[in-house]
Amino acid sequence: MSEIALEGVTKVFDDGYEAVKDMNLDIGDGEFMILVGPSGCGKSTALRMIAGLEDITSGELKIDGEEVNDRSPKDRDIAMVFQNYALYPHMTVRENMGFALKLAGVDKAEIDQKVEEAARTLDLEQHLDRRPANLSGGQRQRVAMGRAIVRNPKAFLMDEPLSNLDAKLRVQMRTEVARIQSDLETTTVYVTHDQTEAMTLGDRVAVMRAGVLQQVGTPEELYDRPRNLFVAGFIGSPAMNFMPGEISGARLKLPIGEVEVSQLSGGGDGQVVVGLRPENIEDATIVGDDLKQQRGVEFEAEIDLVESLGSDLYAYFHIESEGVESELLADLVGESLSETGAGGLREGQERVVARLDPTSKVRRRQKAQLWADTAKLHLFDPESGERLG
Amino acid sequence: MKQDRPKDYAFWSIAITLVLVFALVPVLWLLSISLKPPEQIADGRVIPETFSLDNYKSLFEGGFDESPFLHPLVNSIVIALITTVIAITLAAFTAYAIARLEFPGKRLILAGALAIAMFPPISTVGPLFDMWRAFGIYDTYPGLIIPYLTFSLPLAIYVLTAFFREIPWDLEQAAQVDGATPFQAFTKVIMPLAAPGVFTAAILVFIFCWNDFVFAISLTSSNSSRTVPAALAFFTGESTFTEPTGSIAAAAILVTIPIIVFVLIFQRRIVSGLTAGAVKG
Repeated sequence: MSEIALEGVTKVFDDGYEAVKDMNLDIGDGEFMILVGPSGCGKSTALRMIAGLEDITSGELKIDGEEVNDRSPKDRDIAMVFQNYALYPHMTVRENMGFALKLAGVDKAEIDQKVEEAARTLDLEQHLDRRPANLSGGQRQRVAMGRAIVRNPKAFLMDEPLSNLDAKLRVQMRTEVARIQSDLETTTVYVTHDQTEAMTLGDRVAVMRAGVLQQVGTPEELYDRPRNLFVAGFIGSPAMNFMPGEISGARLKLPIGEVEVSQLSGGGDGQVVVGLRPENIEDATIVGDDLKQQRGVEFEAEIDLVESLGSDLYAYFHIESEGVESELLADLVGESLSETGAGGLREGQERVVARLDPTSKVRRRQKAQLWADTAKLHLFDPESGERLG
Repeated sequence: MKQDRPKDYAFWSIAITLVLVFALVPVLWLLSISLKPPEQIADGRVIPETFSLDNYKSLFEGGFDESPFLHPLVNSIVIALITTVIAITLAAFTAYAIARLEFPGKRLILAGALAIAMFPPISTVGPLFDMWRAFGIYDTYPGLIIPYLTFSLPLAIYVLTAFFREIPWDLEQAAQVDGATPFQAFTKVIMPLAAPGVFTAAILVFIFCWNDFVFAISLTSSNSSRTVPAALAFFTGESTFTEPTGSIAAAAILVTIPIIVFVLIFQRRIVSGLTAGAVKG
């Protein structure tokens, strides 16, 4: 139980590479904080600095108000779950889980009791006397979790703990992690590159890019009001669609039509980047007439590809436009967007993905009438990538 | 070995048999000689006409002080064990530093170790002889232990460095986070995992010391510190006119026994795969 505070924490490696730049982050008591970002964004380095495995170049790290910059990992009372689990192969599950307590000089009966309690929580009781080599990936992962919870530490630090599991097990363990954390109410810092994990697990999510913290907020805040293009593109799956727009007066000209932008404050005239989430585009034949009259634009597009997931239907299509260029988005093209199939942001034609109602009748290579909910537009400055309005 | 491929199996069986024959025939010959009475030694038979344990008995005649063999045997064991313990301890720390830390002169240490390992021991014998007499450690245990350390440490360092490099660094960090001091992490996590390497290195060092003849013959002058290989050269026959062949053979057989025991005990520990399951795999 404790608070962790990073104040202007910076990490410069010996070769001059600045992995984390002036990071300020307050993690409250019992909070589940997620550090998320593409690989190489400094999230793991930040976590390792909290753990004490990496020196802090400048800035202050406080645990419970005390500066711990120069404390070794063992004096910080934190537990860490490693990406590859880092179980001690020469020890049984029981010994692995009790190792920290043994080092701390806890007596044997108490160790046994705590280990068994943790094993019950994690459903590992029948494996206590086996060695890690004889366990499955999911079991090893649970042992790694067990090793952390047995100690009842001030904080859990988790470095992509689920990334080595297969997709099904990952979802299962995700729920498990969330359950354990909320039961124990232990402050947790969780690093992941998977925005789904970030959105589902975290009380709050901190998005990082190139060593710089982009935005910290609840999953809803990040989703509904991303502070810049990077966060907008990173959070959400499939990713947000971007298109260039031009504001003149109170009207916004988009490749798909023109809309009133009365809600914009201080935007002024000029070019903007417009973001539209896939679920805000719908098959026009499904949308009710009254809603269509109220707001939104209707447009026609030739559907390139339809992916039906049963519950949803993803339709991919092109719109004619110059494309959006931003350094912030360049990072994303290779990352999450490629995973969701919405890559190719900077091509002459914009590729757009829409999440339609499964009853939609749109077909591949056919023209379809679509409707975009323009009340849900996100506007960004094309130069800085910052959110407008 | 997969027995489901008979061709492979046959090939390997023949190859292994050949190697075994090649390696073991001299030992069998030695055993045969050691069991023959002196007058039959040159009879050319593999199986002795009459078996006699006289050669073995002669080794122990006169008890600890008089026997030509017992005192050197104790010397051999003590010197080899002390050297092994010191060499492995030093090499473990050195290898750990080399495998884990970045420090100036790291390459120099490795290169230096390699250079020493390649250095012909015989060329150091002359200077050592003079120096040891000046220092007063000629014909003493330290007089042999020191040069043995010099020549066995590089080997031990190399073997252990290779093993330490194999151990995932995360394990050590996990131990640190679990509350271990660097020393505890080393002794409780790294060393147990490097055990196969430690035993491999220990066996190599022990055998090197046990088998050494060059230093043993040059740096000792009496049975108080002479080791078995050197002592063999000073064996005498039953009379001035008998060759000591029989007793040398008997001693040679006896002296291989500790090595065999040593290897048999530790070979079970030299199983790789101990690190399996540490990390994802």
